[in-house]
Amino acid sequence: MAAAKRPIRVLVAKPGLDGHDRGAKVVAAALRDAGMEVIYTGLHQTPEMIAQAAVQEDVDVVGLSILSGAHLTLFPRVRKLLNEAGRDDVLVTGGGIIPPEDMDALQKQGIGKLFGPGTPTAELVRYIEEWAAEHVSA
Amino acid sequence: MSGTDRKPVYTAADLAGFDAQRQLGRPGAYPFTRGIHPTMYGGRLWTMRQFAGFGTAEDTNQRYKFLLEHGQTGLSVAFDFPTLMGYDSDHPRAEGEVGKCGVAISSLADMEDLFRGIPLDQVSTSMTINGPAAMLFCFYVAAAEKQGVPSQKLRGTVQNDILKEYMAQHAWVYPVEPALKIIVDMFDWCARHAPLWNTISISGYHIREAGATAAQELAFTLANGFTYVERGVARGLDVDAFAPRLSFFWDVHNDFFEEIAKLRAARRIWARHMRERYQSKNPRSWMMRFHCQTAGVTLTAQQPMNNVVRVAYQALAAVLGGTQSLHTNSLDETLALPTEDAVRLALRTQQIIAHETGVAQVIDPLGGSYYVESLTDQLEREAEGLFAEIQSGGGVVKGIETGWFQRQIARSAERFQRALEARERVIVGVNDFTSEDDHPVEILKVSNDAEDGQRRRLARLRAERDNGLAAARLDALRQAALDDKNVIGPMLDCARAYCTLYEIRHALERVYGAYREPVFF
Repeated sequence: MAAAKRPIRVLVAKPGLDGHDRGAKVVAAALRDAGMEVIYTGLHQTPEMIAQAAVQEDVDVVGLSILSGAHLTLFPRVRKLLNEAGRDDVLVTGGGIIPPEDMDALQKQGIGKLFGPGTPTAELVRYIEEWAAEHVSA
Repeated sequence: MSGTDRKPVYTAADLAGFDAQRQLGRPGAYPFTRGIHPTMYGGRLWTMRQFAGFGTAEDTNQRYKFLLEHGQTGLSVAFDFPTLMGYDSDHPRAEGEVGKCGVAISSLADMEDLFRGIPLDQVSTSMTINGPAAMLFCFYVAAAEKQGVPSQKLRGTVQNDILKEYMAQHAWVYPVEPALKIIVDMFDWCARHAPLWNTISISGYHIREAGATAAQELAFTLANGFTYVERGVARGLDVDAFAPRLSFFWDVHNDFFEEIAKLRAARRIWARHMRERYQSKNPRSWMMRFHCQTAGVTLTAQQPMNNVVRVAYQALAAVLGGTQSLHTNSLDETLALPTEDAVRLALRTQQIIAHETGVAQVIDPLGGSYYVESLTDQLEREAEGLFAEIQSGGGVVKGIETGWFQRQIARSAERFQRALEARERVIVGVNDFTSEDDHPVEILKVSNDAEDGQRRRLARLRAERDNGLAAARLDALRQAALDDKNVIGPMLDCARAYCTLYEIRHALERVYGAYREPVFF
């Protein structure tokens, strides 16, 4: 019975010092328009700040936007901190300027699918909805 | 405007009431619509200036020498994110980011290495730095002194445009008011000590890249420019003492004629406001000099070779719009920092326009075109409408504090994305004419070696310098800030004593505090 299904909760976050937030804001708006509850952290967040916000806000998904080249440091750090907080059930996904081989390496470290420039927002929505259908109990 | 509001043809009826004398004038004369020099490229070509920086100062020094050997005529420094935010390479917040998106510069020692073997009295250097602009400028002045070159001889630009940082690029340090105070300190100090230096590059580029339309880019940037002028005048500076050193920086996007019209309108609006509204007397204060860069946001990861074509058209628009200097993006820049091959091709694109197409022979070749003049007038009207809106909302600073500008820009970015996904707009290789077999291009990898090297270097610097002197200079800087004096002189003394970037940032942060952004989406 799919009665009163609660919306998927997503934290959109900008880790590191990179100030490019066009993508993060466009994605946050698209996820909201798709019926998700979206929280946006603002810029210049440390992995600690992001993990803490994810736990406090009890989100299902953390979406990180990184265009600075620091993805190999920042994605695993957020994943590790969430795991340490007992939230290995939270999906960590995201996008930005990330070479395909780095995407592969990150997926091996427990990060979800990562999206590059030119991805239609509908693709992100579909990915998160499919993941949630499988992993989030209503 | 967005390319959807154009008529199929423009005629004399579209220019009813057009007064060529008043709206165009001669090249090199008020209102400078046709260009700022009487001879334009017949006298001197634009400066070909590729923005570059990665890894350590030594790595980037090699790239600069490569570019100069291949005919580049000016330097442009890209700093890494820690430097842009005022953090040393060994600060905890810098971890993973050192040298990744630009060069790491944490002190005078790094700046000396960056320009080793490059005589600073013979090149002009542009530095894209904002929050800590004055600090990097002081490192540069001190590095020049080490080469025996006095500040009076230095030519170049610091971006130093904090208002658009709050609006769009987001590399800030201090709250709005103290940040503006330091900028006016720069106007004042440079007027006396570095008269050839451009104290600011008032930038539409990042506003546009963050999502703004051409009209928003034009209006927000000019409104920022007017705000700097008002702050300088409010300090008691003579407008003609600092206005001639204000420069601008525009994004050149895909809509070819709209971009040309934007550049022409920008010159005309600036000239009129500077003369009529701010009562400046020196024609150099009316003259809008600017740099252009092709639009990074138009580059696609899909079919990256297509980017070469986009960049060539955008560069042509910049030249037809009368730019003073130009950066052409490399085809691989949506994937990583550019390789040497890619950056050489981007530079060659400019050289082909300059030396093969013949477009540089005639000044403002589109002047008088029914279409281009109509677009120029239309953009000017839209900009004036936006100025009125900004004014009625309480001005630029108020609009930043309330997030008005940030929201306007984000809304435009969302509209653009929706149009793309509805395929009302075509991007070749992305939402149409796609192909399965995109040929991947080779990309530049920046290792973490820079971070380790910088940590060791900074440890050595802190061990070897005169720490007593460094501490005394930092105290003097903080005292100058507390006494509301011009901070540039004391900051230069800090640079000379090898105080680090973060030490200087921190000394002033104790007085000024730090900026907190209004968060929303």
